[in-house]
Amino acid sequence: MTFLQHDVPISWYLLLSAILFSLGVVGFLIKRNLITVFMSIELMLNAVNLSFVAFSYQWHEVRGQIFVFFVMMVAAAEAAVGLAIIIAVFRARSTLAVDRIDLMKL
Amino acid sequence: MNESAHLWLIPLFPFLGFLLNGILGSRLPRRLVSAIGILAPLVSFVVVLGDFGATIISAASSCPNCGQVTALALPASETLSYPWLAIGALHVDFTFVLDQLSAVMLLVVTGVGFLIHIYSIGYMKDEPGYARYFSFLNLFLFFMTVLVLAGNFLLMFVGWEGVGLASYLLIGFYFDRKSAADAGKKAFIVNRIGDFGFLIGIFLILSTFGTLSFTGITVRLAVSPDWHGTVLTVICLCLLVGAAGKSAQLPLYVWLPDAMEGPTPVSALIHAATMVTAGVYMIARTHLLFDRSPVALWTVAIVGAATALFAATIGLVQNDIKRVLAYSTISQLGYMFLACGVAAYSAAIFHLVMHAFFKALLFLAAGSVIHAMGGEQDLRKMGGLRKKLPVTFWTMTAAVLAIAGFFPFAGFFSKDAILYAAFLQGTGGKLLWFVGLVTALLTSLYMFRLWYMAFMGEPRSEVKHHHATPLSMLVPLVILGVLSLCGGWIGIEQFSAYLAPVTTAHRPMPTGNPALEFILSIAAVLVALEGWLIADKYYRRKLERPAQLAAALPTGYKLLLNKYYVDEIYGAVIIKPLFAFSKFVLGGVDLLLAGVAWLLVGIASISGMILQRWQSGNLRSYAAWLAAGAAAVLLFLLLSGSPHAWSLTFFHSQPILKMSHITVIQPGQAGH
Repeated sequence: MTFLQHDVPISWYLLLSAILFSLGVVGFLIKRNLITVFMSIELMLNAVNLSFVAFSYQWHEVRGQIFVFFVMMVAAAEAAVGLAIIIAVFRARSTLAVDRIDLMKL
Repeated sequence: MNESAHLWLIPLFPFLGFLLNGILGSRLPRRLVSAIGILAPLVSFVVVLGDFGATIISAASSCPNCGQVTALALPASETLSYPWLAIGALHVDFTFVLDQLSAVMLLVVTGVGFLIHIYSIGYMKDEPGYARYFSFLNLFLFFMTVLVLAGNFLLMFVGWEGVGLASYLLIGFYFDRKSAADAGKKAFIVNRIGDFGFLIGIFLILSTFGTLSFTGITVRLAVSPDWHGTVLTVICLCLLVGAAGKSAQLPLYVWLPDAMEGPTPVSALIHAATMVTAGVYMIARTHLLFDRSPVALWTVAIVGAATALFAATIGLVQNDIKRVLAYSTISQLGYMFLACGVAAYSAAIFHLVMHAFFKALLFLAAGSVIHAMGGEQDLRKMGGLRKKLPVTFWTMTAAVLAIAGFFPFAGFFSKDAILYAAFLQGTGGKLLWFVGLVTALLTSLYMFRLWYMAFMGEPRSEVKHHHATPLSMLVPLVILGVLSLCGGWIGIEQFSAYLAPVTTAHRPMPTGNPALEFILSIAAVLVALEGWLIADKYYRRKLERPAQLAAALPTGYKLLLNKYYVDEIYGAVIIKPLFAFSKFVLGGVDLLLAGVAWLLVGIASISGMILQRWQSGNLRSYAAWLAAGAAAVLLFLLLSGSPHAWSLTFFHSQPILKMSHITVIQPGQAGH
């Protein structure tokens, strides 16, 4: 308890969260494989979750934690739908390279 | 007044006919289309006939001394009324009124309309657009019955505009012919000018009386019997402009001759018998207003007399059989206006009815001639048709005798009544009578000219396709021929007595004597006979003598042949300046507006060209822009103030649930 409250300031959590989020963003931008892109999104979501929980603890606010549950829920749903789409795309195009999936382009 | 629920049936059936033939007509067999087209006016006619009987009975029972009805004694009539508009102080009801005047009008409209529908079956047999023709004809009947039945100015205006629309559609029936399309437009635009006057009149009535219903105006006028204000004169003159437009009077008559581009039965129904008489009907309907304004009445009379004479002179030299009849129609409408102008409203309506008989017959007979000649309308190429078309010849003869005013044909009685009424109106009235008499001479002359040129003498051209006239065309001819002969036997006294509750003028009327009337009618017949003799002298055998006369008077002949150059004058005085102004607007104002529009288009397309580069289809570039955007928002928040304060507000604005309020198992507590 003391460890959490006094020894580790909130800025550390936020810094970790920011690092994870940036990793997610970078991964999203530079990776070609659709599954890796998808994992990067999950990474970003969880980075946000971390800062939610940290703030929630700092300010004695339960709403931050409730938000986290919502985000997890959405992430789970997204994983289910997203993976299904990825499988369908792979079956149709035999590739998962992001820059090859551009049929919507004019 | 008794409430009557079946008045709406009268316009309903033509409207149903219009809908059925208009929507389904092209897919139905022709027999069914004809049946629908004919049933519509027939049913309406039967309903009107029933109501007509009812008004005769009620007129006889409730109005034993119709000569002395007071202004407040309303005519025995049926009304049908629903609330329509209620805006502030303005209340306009959807009112149909059937009184003696509208009953007579409806009988003419549906009765003659029915005959012309029958005639159309034969005449239009081989035309494409057969169903379209009948649906338009029924549409016309619908609007005409609304116009006649209307119990207030606004509803009348609805019918008024509606018949204008139907007239436009039917003039331009052969819309692939440019002259027909142009004639339709001309009719519509010239009528707009008249309708403008009518509308101003309606607005003035609304602001003066506060009501638009005829009954309301009657009551308002009755309570102030000495009211002769200028505003009444202005209202009447505005209404006259409207009537002159619809009834083709000077100076708005120019559309009617061109309207002959439509099919001949249309000319008979709309441009001779019914629609063009709407102006006369309107004046008779609103005569209580005109009675209060001697100036307006004199204007009506002068316009009518001038039109009668003017159109008759043009009719003398026209060579197109339908154009002769068109100018004759204008001239006869002038007679009706003349009658209205001397407050002889029942004489005007009497002439209207008789004119509907003989002029419809003249047009239908002309149509029969044109049909037989394979579309030829030039009188100079006709001749000798008497033996080929015996029924047409005899009915046409009856009509010519009727319009020329020979005893005992229809026109004699009605024209005589008008001339007599004019003669009684002081010195000015004598002048009007004289103009009317000269017009009667000219009428007889040009009608017999037409008669000789078409039916007498030798054929002047070979007719390659001689069409036999079908029965459906002959029957209406014969019926109308009988009416042209016998219609006038009702007599003006009977007719006036019947119409008296509606049309008795509320102004001092001079009294005449029978001897004078007899002398005047003898004079009228002699004048008509003189016209016949002149026509006989010039046109009986060959056309050399009139040609010599034309050569002897080249200026006068050319002036008449070119219809006094009125179209040309209108073109130079009104249309050309309007065109110049339009061109100025097109060149100046329009260019400015177009410039602004092009500028906007340019901005939009250039920015579109730039922005479309973002739409690359590359998922990662989208994501990069998204991230950059998010970063930019964050940066903005950081730089534009304290993000700390922002997050504080966000979390502490509504502290509903706090950690301190609930027990949370802290890590480490479990160990204690």
